[in-house]
Amino acid sequence: MENIILSIRNVKVVFEDGFTALGGVSLDIGQNEFVTLLGPSGCGKTTLLRCIGGFEKPTSGEILYKGQDIIPLPPYKRNINTVFQRYALFPHLNVAQNVSFGPDLRHEDKKETAKRVGEMLELVGLKGFEKRRISSLSGGQQQRVAIARALINSPDLLLLDEPLGALDLKLRREMQLELKRIQRESGITFIFVTHDQEEALTMSDRVAVMRAGEILQLGTPVDIYNEPESAFVADFIGASNILPSTMVRDKLVHFLGVDFPCVDTGFGENAPVDVVLRPEDVKLKPENDPAEGVPFGTVESLLFKGVHYEMKVRSGNDVLLVHSTHARPVGARVKLTVAPEDIQVMRKSDFSPDVRARKGEGGVQ
Amino acid sequence: MKRKGLMVLPFALWAIIFILVPLGLIAWYGITVEEPVAYTEITLEDGTPAFRLEDGTVQTQEPWQKKAVISFQNFKRMVEPTYLRLLIRSLKIALLTTLICLILGYPVALILTGKDFKHPTLWLMLIILPMWMNFLLRTYSWMSILENSGILNSWITALRNAVPAIDQWFTARGVGNKIIFLYNENAVILGMVYNYLSFMIMPIYTVIEKIDKSLLEAAADLGASPSKSFIRVTLPYSLPGVLEGITMVFVPAVTTFVISQLMGGGKVPLIGDIIQNQFGKSSDWHFGSSLSLLVMVVVLAFMGGLQQIDKDEEPQKEVRIF
Ligand SMILES: Nc1ncnc2c1ncn2[C@@H]1O[C@H](COP(=O)(O)OP(=O)(O)O)[C@@H](O)[C@H]1O
Ligand SMILES: [Mg+2]
Repeated sequence: MENIILSIRNVKVVFEDGFTALGGVSLDIGQNEFVTLLGPSGCGKTTLLRCIGGFEKPTSGEILYKGQDIIPLPPYKRNINTVFQRYALFPHLNVAQNVSFGPDLRHEDKKETAKRVGEMLELVGLKGFEKRRISSLSGGQQQRVAIARALINSPDLLLLDEPLGALDLKLRREMQLELKRIQRESGITFIFVTHDQEEALTMSDRVAVMRAGEILQLGTPVDIYNEPESAFVADFIGASNILPSTMVRDKLVHFLGVDFPCVDTGFGENAPVDVVLRPEDVKLKPENDPAEGVPFGTVESLLFKGVHYEMKVRSGNDVLLVHSTHARPVGARVKLTVAPEDIQVMRKSDFSPDVRARKGEGGVQ
Repeated sequence: MKRKGLMVLPFALWAIIFILVPLGLIAWYGITVEEPVAYTEITLEDGTPAFRLEDGTVQTQEPWQKKAVISFQNFKRMVEPTYLRLLIRSLKIALLTTLICLILGYPVALILTGKDFKHPTLWLMLIILPMWMNFLLRTYSWMSILENSGILNSWITALRNAVPAIDQWFTARGVGNKIIFLYNENAVILGMVYNYLSFMIMPIYTVIEKIDKSLLEAAADLGASPSKSFIRVTLPYSLPGVLEGITMVFVPAVTTFVISQLMGGGKVPLIGDIIQNQFGKSSDWHFGSSLSLLVMVVVLAFMGGLQQIDKDEEPQKEVRIF
């Protein structure tokens, strides 16, 4: 990466009660990049943002902002702004006074500030709300005031902690596009927190998938989606078919009772692994079709989903989710084909379905 | 509905017996004076002199009866310079006490709520603890410290005897053997500040404590240094506590008579002393009640003024559209 604006190096946060919220996180963020921290609730996303903003002091590690270690700096000396998860708007001030809080602190020209406040409010879809009390706004409107209050300062780095969480779906979509546009046009670097995988994948340049205080995988949305490196990442971004498997040897993996050729190498021989199959990558044929394919099982359910059909195919205890434009009737026996490059092989982790089943755990909390 | 009425009953009774009736009595006493009843001297059939009262009853003793007559002469009496001066002095001392309590109490409350301050409740206890001691005892102990032959003077004497330079310093300023601390306005103010300070600290502490810490973080995030975020966030939010503290100190301070009698030694009479006098030595309940009414009006006006400040700060309500 050419211009690194923020470099997080092995940051650990252990709280007073002994709880390790971040267990050594490292992350480099480039100028004008849109990086998303994605992970389930409680995985440490807010804690990491608070370290960057200056509200939490890491137990160890370094945070370099434009090459300077900012850990000793109090928040007000960092040229970083935050959209807080709980908005933290000032209830004694009206909307305009909230948005102009930063410029007013810097004693900027009142007229110019008022104009910019108007622009910012228009940007977040709250035109004409200047004089409204904070308490008279809905959660979604408050969230947008919080965004305007941070953006008006044109920081080099903007931290957004689940900034769209309180919006309904339609507004959420609109604000996603709007934020993305602002980020591109303003040159502000965004660190965006969400637990919504779809939001993360559509908005970001890169996504860091977090779990229990660690970054499990960092990559572009396409990488994360197509090549999850662990069962947790695959599961969290919505993959449905995660199968305990065995790597027979390089380029040959065994699952569902059959050996499949694949493209992955370097896992060793007869190594336990997990495999992800995208529902749309699995092709079904009738069992008596003369074409090639592995005899598999019976169609258990069939749902029309608009663009495609969603089918569940069962063989013994294994259930496979398949998306296809060709419907197979319920009860039909099918065989399946999977292209070698569509098989994503992952290292075994404690989140593998078979490991979790042994431990008696549920899904993603 | 009926049940609700029943639940209110004990309180209503309580309010009538302990609030409305005494208030009514004070108001009645306040707007009346006692006058001897009018009578005519007559001679009875057997020749003994007797008196016929206004209401027609006849008695042989010289009439002693008095009757309450509605009159505003007590209110005229109050604006005489003697009493006006007392009222003004009481207000001055109460306001000064309130101001000093605010200046001392606010920082204490602020420090106690600081995020690096360990064991704030323990310290709060230490501040409140003396208040659990008897009020008179507390004031008497101040007197034994400040008396002419009190602790402070004996220390100063010891110091002057031990260090000639200090003695010279005192002598050069014309200070005699004993310094008179007690029996002046300052002593009264000291007594009041000592007794009422915790009434200022408590409400301020409570509101500052309740300020959402994330607001301070938001202010810092937007570039406010600690002093700026104090002015822009903490101060406006603590205002209700400040106003409450001011009321809690001002009201007892403007009505007290014990402190002024003990620490002032009778040399600094306040309006409370005069009122107490009317119900005691002078035994003029009517004038005492009128003065009480006056003080009540002053207190109400003061609190009304404070509430006005509070309203100005309170965000004006707006109609919610969505
Ligand atoms: N001050 C604190 N003391 C102890 N534990 C904390 C504190 N703040 C957060 N935590 C814990 O740290 C974990 C991570 O919290 P957080 O960063 O808020 O998660 P996220 O934002 O990903 O939901 C949670 O389990 C939370 O309970
Ligand atoms: Mg969070």
